[in-house]
Amino acid sequence: MQLAETAVQAAARGTVKPREYLTFRLGAEEYGIDILKVQEIRGYEQPTRIANAPEFIKGVVNLRGVIVPILDLRLRFGLGSVEYNNFTVVIILNVRNRVVGIVVDSVSDVLELPPESVREAPEMSSMVDSSHILGLGTLTDRMLILVDIERLILSPDMAIIG
Amino acid sequence: MSEQTSAGSSGADFDLSQFYQVFFEEAAENLANMETQLLELDVQSPDDEELNAIFRCAHSIKGGAATFGFQDVADLTHVMETLLDRLRRHELALTAGMVDVLLESGDALTGLLDRHRGASDEVLDASQLVARIRAHADGVAAAGEAQPAAVLPAAAATTAVSAALPAAAPVRGIVAKPTPVERALNIVVGPLDDAGLADQLADLFNEIPGLGRIAAADDGKPDAHNKRSFLVHTTSSDDDLLDLFTFHVSRELVSIAEAGGKPAPVAAPGEIEGFGLFADMEASATPAPQVTQALPVVRVAPPAPSAKPERADKPDKSSGVDTTTLRVSVEKVDQLINLVGELVITQAMLAQNGRNLDPIAHQQLMGNLVDLERNTRLLQESVMAIRMIPMAVVFNRFPRMLRDLAAKLGKQVELHTVGEATELDKGMIEKITDPLTHLVRNALDHGIELPQARTAQGKPEAGTITLSAQHKGGSIAIEVRDDGKGLSRQKILTKAHEKGMNVHDAMTDHEVFQLIFEPGFSTADQVTEVSGRGVGMDVVRRNILSLGGSVELDSADGYGTRVTVRLPLTLAIMDGMSVAVGDEIYILPLASVIESIKLDQQQIRSVAGANRVIEVRNEFLPVVELDEVFRVPRFETRTGSGIMIVVEAEGARVALLVDELVGQHQVVVKNLEANYRKVPGVSGATILGDGRVALILDVGHMVRRARH
Repeated sequence: MQLAETAVQAAARGTVKPREYLTFRLGAEEYGIDILKVQEIRGYEQPTRIANAPEFIKGVVNLRGVIVPILDLRLRFGLGSVEYNNFTVVIILNVRNRVVGIVVDSVSDVLELPPESVREAPEMSSMVDSSHILGLGTLTDRMLILVDIERLILSPDMAIIG
Repeated sequence: MSEQTSAGSSGADFDLSQFYQVFFEEAAENLANMETQLLELDVQSPDDEELNAIFRCAHSIKGGAATFGFQDVADLTHVMETLLDRLRRHELALTAGMVDVLLESGDALTGLLDRHRGASDEVLDASQLVARIRAHADGVAAAGEAQPAAVLPAAAATTAVSAALPAAAPVRGIVAKPTPVERALNIVVGPLDDAGLADQLADLFNEIPGLGRIAAADDGKPDAHNKRSFLVHTTSSDDDLLDLFTFHVSRELVSIAEAGGKPAPVAAPGEIEGFGLFADMEASATPAPQVTQALPVVRVAPPAPSAKPERADKPDKSSGVDTTTLRVSVEKVDQLINLVGELVITQAMLAQNGRNLDPIAHQQLMGNLVDLERNTRLLQESVMAIRMIPMAVVFNRFPRMLRDLAAKLGKQVELHTVGEATELDKGMIEKITDPLTHLVRNALDHGIELPQARTAQGKPEAGTITLSAQHKGGSIAIEVRDDGKGLSRQKILTKAHEKGMNVHDAMTDHEVFQLIFEPGFSTADQVTEVSGRGVGMDVVRRNILSLGGSVELDSADGYGTRVTVRLPLTLAIMDGMSVAVGDEIYILPLASVIESIKLDQQQIRSVAGANRVIEVRNEFLPVVELDEVFRVPRFETRTGSGIMIVVEAEGARVALLVDELVGQHQVVVKNLEANYRKVPGVSGATILGDGRVALILDVGHMVRRARH
């Protein structure tokens, strides 16, 4: 019982406790996603193309026997395509028991963001549904676009589920 | 018996709940076994061994239930056991009513166990059943049967209990022990290494008062086979004697027979532990020839219908419970299969890398790689075999279902099953059960006529439904055949016209019969509770297709119907043919490949401009160009696909155009939908030797695409 109570208290405190974000770059923009959704980070390898899939779905790769689809967030966000090179990174996410990889330009670091440094994102029309943006994180000289990666990946227009 | 009950009271001392799951699983198995055996019983001349097997099932459940404190289950099984015990001792004659009440009890037990397990809230009152069983058990005893009361395998030192006690005592507590009768037994012990052991047996009778008298039947010397025989007068049951004898010699070495030659018809609960008691007791009484009974009872004919081989089958069947098995959760097995799949891929990668090495310089490594390949393959086969379970698991549910259904419909039917031992992947078995149930139900409901109608046509009153399963190449063929009224071509065509389907009179019989599988199609004159609503056959087909199988129907008006279901043996591994299109590799299921031919572009003709066909062996096949279907990027100037592969699915053929044949190999089928979604034209994915993913073609989709 004691244990359960402390767990509840911790959970309650968790709402106050700043969350940790994995930050990555797409072109000139810097994004942050919940670190707990990240399973691993890998180098890019040529996936097997899937016919008639949207352009931003690069295909599927073999991740230790599991077939994992790979998305290019650059293409998804309309940031133009870029040559994949040795620094191109795939972030393997685990969202609601689905394993999905996203291609990003580079991974920067893991950051703790106190809630007071997260601002609400202004209403804007963009390639990304603003409901998938949790807010804008401000650091001394940087701005982080905080993305609700689970909602984004599982949203119908990602064509991952169907 | 009583020792099991007393174990129940001590059970409260420590936590038994961890064993609950095992008990529930075993009880379910025992119930299923019991039901099968009950349905197989020939009411006219029940087989002793079968009765014993049923008794053992009830006894095992009772023992477990009492231990875990499930009193209602224990009570019900207890009275069942009492009835069965009297039956196997031939104190009562088996009646159809008894079989019925025992079957109902089986259902009730399932319900009770479900409630204990928390799977159901339904409160069942078994007291009425208990009373009914007891009435059956008492029935003849009350009528004053001449035969002396049963000797129950109770404690050895039982002193005579007053004969005034009723034969069936109150459910709870100790079973009434009617006066033990003194029996004369021939006991043969041996072969013995040490002849002196036999004398120690004789000493037992001197040491234990009331056990009885023993006299050497030989002259005190072992015979040619090192066996000793004794003549024993005792009131104890065979089981008690055996229990005592085990102090000196093992049970297998002792055989007990009534003096006079006939083996004692006693199968005591002791043999649940699997002592080869019955191996020694060669039955002298051959089961009477089977008599066809007029009851609406389903009898399952064993694979070999004659009485003798049936007996030979028996030890196999009953020993299914006794064989050394290990209960392992399916997840563990699946994990093992996944890991082996990984190993196969790693091995393939190693093999591929090894190919580039100089075979002379790396002779030993090459040898090792060959060994690795062989061992991996063997390992994979063994692991896959773990998941294989016999078709009997599915077939066993049908006797009961048909029995109940036949009674409801007023029909008579016999079920024959062939090839129950044919093994199929567990996942497949689970998925095929429902479609198969539907087909069997249809066979009885639509196929088999009422007895009068059958006699009028000169058929035997009871219809026959035959279920068979056999391996054919890499697949399994399951057949559901009935000798009923068959399908009427005319009726189907008329109905199809009514439904506005695209049909014409020139269709072949085969084509017409396949219309049955179209959605919303049912020719039943009346919609019955059982079938006829036209949902079903199309669902059956869809389910079977989704398993990578096929279903076909043949029929002869007035003579019966046969539905053949073909399925791959497993969903996890298949033989694939890899083909190259541009720079991409695709896998075709080998089972659907008919032939591959080098293509001459001249052979392709166009039809109405867009569609193209090719003539192969006097047949025009639609052409499907894989590079077009999958929009394969081509970097060089297009030279055109060089190879044509004729594939077949859903009874139709198409010609697939590809660039190159790469090879044939077993592929581990991976689900694409686990992390992605269904891709049209693709049934799954696999991992190639170089670690890359290749997509497996959905040939059915290609065929449909070409045909529409």
